Amino acid sequence: MSIAAATSALRARAQRLAARAGLLRAALVLPLTGLLAGCNLVVMSPSGDVAMQQRNLVIASTGLMLLIIVPVIILTLIFAWHYRSSNKAAVYDPDWHHSTQLEVVIWSVPLVIIIALGALTWISTHTLDPYRPLSRIAPGQPVSAETKPLEVQAVALDWKWLFFYPEYGIATVNELAAPVDRPINFKITASSVMNTFYVPALAGMVYAMPGMEMKLHAVINKAGVYEGLSAQYSGSGFSRMTFKFHGLDQGGFEAWVAKVKAEGKDLSREAYLDLEKPSEREPVRYYASAADGLFSRIVNMCALPGKMCMSEMMKIDAAGGAGVHSHENRERLRYDNRHIQQGDEAPGATTPATGRAPRSEPRPGDTPPASGHGGHDHHEQSKPGPNDSLAPAQRSNN
Amino acid sequence: MFSNLDFTNLDLQKLVFGRLSLADIPYHEPILLVTFSVVALGGLVVLGAITYFRFWGPLWRDWMTSVDHKKIGIMYIILALVMLLRGFADAIMMITQKAVAFGPSEGYLPPHHYDQIFTAHGVIMIFFVAMPFVTGLMNYVVPLQIGARDVSFPFLNNFSFWMTVAGAVITMISLFVGEFSRATWLGYPPLSGADMSPGVGVDYWIWGLQIAGVGTLLSGINLVATIVKMRAPGMTMMKLPVFVWTSLCTNVLIVAAFPILTAVLVLLSLDRYVGTHFFTNDLGGNPMMYFNLIWIWGHPEVYILILPAFGIFSEVTSTYCGKRLFGYASMVYATVVITILSYLVWLHHFFTMGSGANVNSFFGITTMIISIPTGAKIFNWLFTMYRGRIRFELPMLWTVGFMVTFVIGGMTGVLLAVPPADFVLHNSLFLVAHFHNVIIGGVLFGMFAGVNYWFPKAFGFKLDPFWGKMSFWCWLVGFYLVFMPLYVLGLMGVTRRTQHFDDPTLQPWFIVAACGAVLILCGILSLLVQIVVSIRNREALRDTTGDPWGGRTLEWSTSSPPPDYNFAFTPVVHDLDAWYDMKNRGYARPLGGFKPIHMPKNTGTGVILGGLSVAFGFAMIWYIWWLAALSFAAIFIVSIVHTFNYNRDFYIPADAVVRAENERTAVLAGRV
Repeated sequence: MSIAAATSALRARAQRLAARAGLLRAALVLPLTGLLAGCNLVVMSPSGDVAMQQRNLVIASTGLMLLIIVPVIILTLIFAWHYRSSNKAAVYDPDWHHSTQLEVVIWSVPLVIIIALGALTWISTHTLDPYRPLSRIAPGQPVSAETKPLEVQAVALDWKWLFFYPEYGIATVNELAAPVDRPINFKITASSVMNTFYVPALAGMVYAMPGMEMKLHAVINKAGVYEGLSAQYSGSGFSRMTFKFHGLDQGGFEAWVAKVKAEGKDLSREAYLDLEKPSEREPVRYYASAADGLFSRIVNMCALPGKMCMSEMMKIDAAGGAGVHSHENRERLRYDNRHIQQGDEAPGATTPATGRAPRSEPRPGDTPPASGHGGHDHHEQSKPGPNDSLAPAQRSNN
Repeated sequence: MFSNLDFTNLDLQKLVFGRLSLADIPYHEPILLVTFSVVALGGLVVLGAITYFRFWGPLWRDWMTSVDHKKIGIMYIILALVMLLRGFADAIMMITQKAVAFGPSEGYLPPHHYDQIFTAHGVIMIFFVAMPFVTGLMNYVVPLQIGARDVSFPFLNNFSFWMTVAGAVITMISLFVGEFSRATWLGYPPLSGADMSPGVGVDYWIWGLQIAGVGTLLSGINLVATIVKMRAPGMTMMKLPVFVWTSLCTNVLIVAAFPILTAVLVLLSLDRYVGTHFFTNDLGGNPMMYFNLIWIWGHPEVYILILPAFGIFSEVTSTYCGKRLFGYASMVYATVVITILSYLVWLHHFFTMGSGANVNSFFGITTMIISIPTGAKIFNWLFTMYRGRIRFELPMLWTVGFMVTFVIGGMTGVLLAVPPADFVLHNSLFLVAHFHNVIIGGVLFGMFAGVNYWFPKAFGFKLDPFWGKMSFWCWLVGFYLVFMPLYVLGLMGVTRRTQHFDDPTLQPWFIVAACGAVLILCGILSLLVQIVVSIRNREALRDTTGDPWGGRTLEWSTSSPPPDYNFAFTPVVHDLDAWYDMKNRGYARPLGGFKPIHMPKNTGTGVILGGLSVAFGFAMIWYIWWLAALSFAAIFIVSIVHTFNYNRDFYIPADAVVRAENERTAVLAGRV
């Protein structure tokens, strides 16, 4: 009968397959462990207490799940091997399809693990809520009542980071510094599109959103220079929207503040408006002083002169609204279109609104944002494209 | 938009072509020029071959206008395979860019181009590969498994297919006319809004999804009605094959979830076209609302894709283990629980948006709860193998590959459901590795298992095992090579969608991943070779029994390929695994008493409506208002006219049935 021939062929095949599967696993695991030893798994070895607790949570949850994952993988391979059709010694019971005891086990074991993991989740989500002020700076080191946290206001601009230090009156671009072991209160917003503020060595990420103020509480425990980035895609310059975060000792931090004050210029509202224009690969910049209430104006989307702050609008609304007169405020409340009106390329623009040929290679200095902030005249940067006679999309939105 | 309708300042070119001009055709872009030449040459070869073999008539009569669920199912899968090539081309471009763009090297894709590629990759792989694959298999198999002759609404089925094709065509046009969206596959505002993404890209995305979404929704309604109303006598709900159960749940999810996608895309379109402020930053708009809405569709979508795959694995495991599925009832309950829970977890896609600890932990814990029924399913397959007699045919290989791979993806998924852990892993390559782990290791492996399993049913011969194994091992090893490094990179704090890196220590990992992508390419090529080789060796691979695997469900009771009418007599079902039960009870095929069979008639309306939808979408994208109005009016008129077409059905005469059945009797007798 042909079935016998087929099974013997299958047996040989199954043996070969199983052997290959074993080899494969070995071949995969060995170089992995080798490579892992040589690289910097910052998420697994962070330098801030919050990130460290998150790391511990990753390890604990993985361990909890491996309790069930490892046996399943092993059982799959054992069953697949043992009950191969060529193994006539294995029990074959075609009608065996139910076992109440087994059903209880396969539903309750995952349930127990999920109950444990759920409890862990509930507790850790509350203790590690980014909005919650820190209660400790390291295991066994509670934050004392007189500790004054460092407040940092972070703004995700197209495509650089602006940091205000209200306590010192200074501001920086693409460089963040904080003293070791002092709690940091971040207030985070964005100027045009969403980003996430993320320093992997310090703490988990939160979104930076225009018109919103997000909070993040963190502390750095080890001096060093760490990577910071945006983890939410935000347009052309996203890949280079990185910054360095310096964890400094108290003296080092004071020296750093003094340096910023000495080298920095003034971040006036005009300077900010120039800075917020889309640009890539921004160098580190220092500002010895910043205009009053600038961060609040950014959050309320009224940094541009003539615009109405959201807080103002909310006050009007809370008082019952402006009725038919609210129409007069419409243009004052439009904020998203400012870059397009100034002739800057929008972060996600495509043809024909880009004013450049579809998908062409950018030539040096070709991208409007890369030309930097040399001039204050915004219109200089508007670049007539080959299809300018056609409707750039922005016209359609007016 | 209204300024475009300004008739006081007439510009003839603008009036005729909207915002489209010659400058929008990227004839100077080498990558696209080569692609276009290849596509054009390939297209010419195909068209030439169709003409040479005089295939235009049969193509139109037997395929394009067909309302036969089997042919529509096959066409869906062909669409999926074609789009897989495009989606994979995007993937390998992304990974090679990542492998070379370090330090001073910019790579070969500037951000402007790279952003479109990752957007297109996500859109195409989900909407035009995974969805057509799933829908195609459900279309082909569900009516056969429930002993029906077609779906409930055969014309609707044809129309749904052509709407899906229309969406795919619109997405593909963006390659050669204008540009595609750069705003990621889910098009998050404010980035995707009119002020941040002016131009045609996001509009291509919107209309491609909107038009294909109509097809998906209608096909969902169709299959729900089919499963609820058209089961063979005796097939109670708890005797449904598991694949039909998972299909039912998937289509319920489609019917409940896709309208949300449609609505959220309409709102975004209004923002972009008429200047409303639903999702803008200013004037009271709220982008966070979009995140919620799109994921209330998006998370069920994940289960829309994976549930049918679970069904396939159940059928395959039971068949090749020669054993009834372990814990059928618990499998069904697990599927239903997953269906319900899939609506309660969407917020886990944006824990980092600051919803607060209570909300985050609620959604984290509901997400974890889903892993309980999913785990139960894994155990059920495991204990189906226990005391089975496992034949390692290709579908079973894919299944074992899936079981090992998927649990890893499941584990990382649950890890990401712990909000504080998500804070450090969100948007990282760890996340990318996770969802590829479940979508490739779950959905795609399931689809390949399904294709290898049901191919002999559809065409009457098996697929070549050698090239099938090549494909399997290339995919499996390739998958691990690409995505294990991505897990590691995620733990190194590397984020997704980056086009360039400064840190050179990351590069070896990306090079390994790129090598893995080459291996996956070999897997895809092996799949194509497998199909070609199988067609050439079809006589050697021929199956005359209609039941090559010792199947257990009703589709194996009829001939391969099944006749147009599927079953000469509607089978009567007494037990789960109806065909296995019939075989055991000494089922004798009826040889006489055939009656004329009532069948739906083919119609070209679906093709025409699909074509008009492409014209409408294209016109809306490029602001060609006259064409938009004209094609919309035409869609409306054709739909109305179709309702007056009363010539919709016919009878297959009894002697034609007799002829077909006698032929089968002769074939079956020739075997013994």
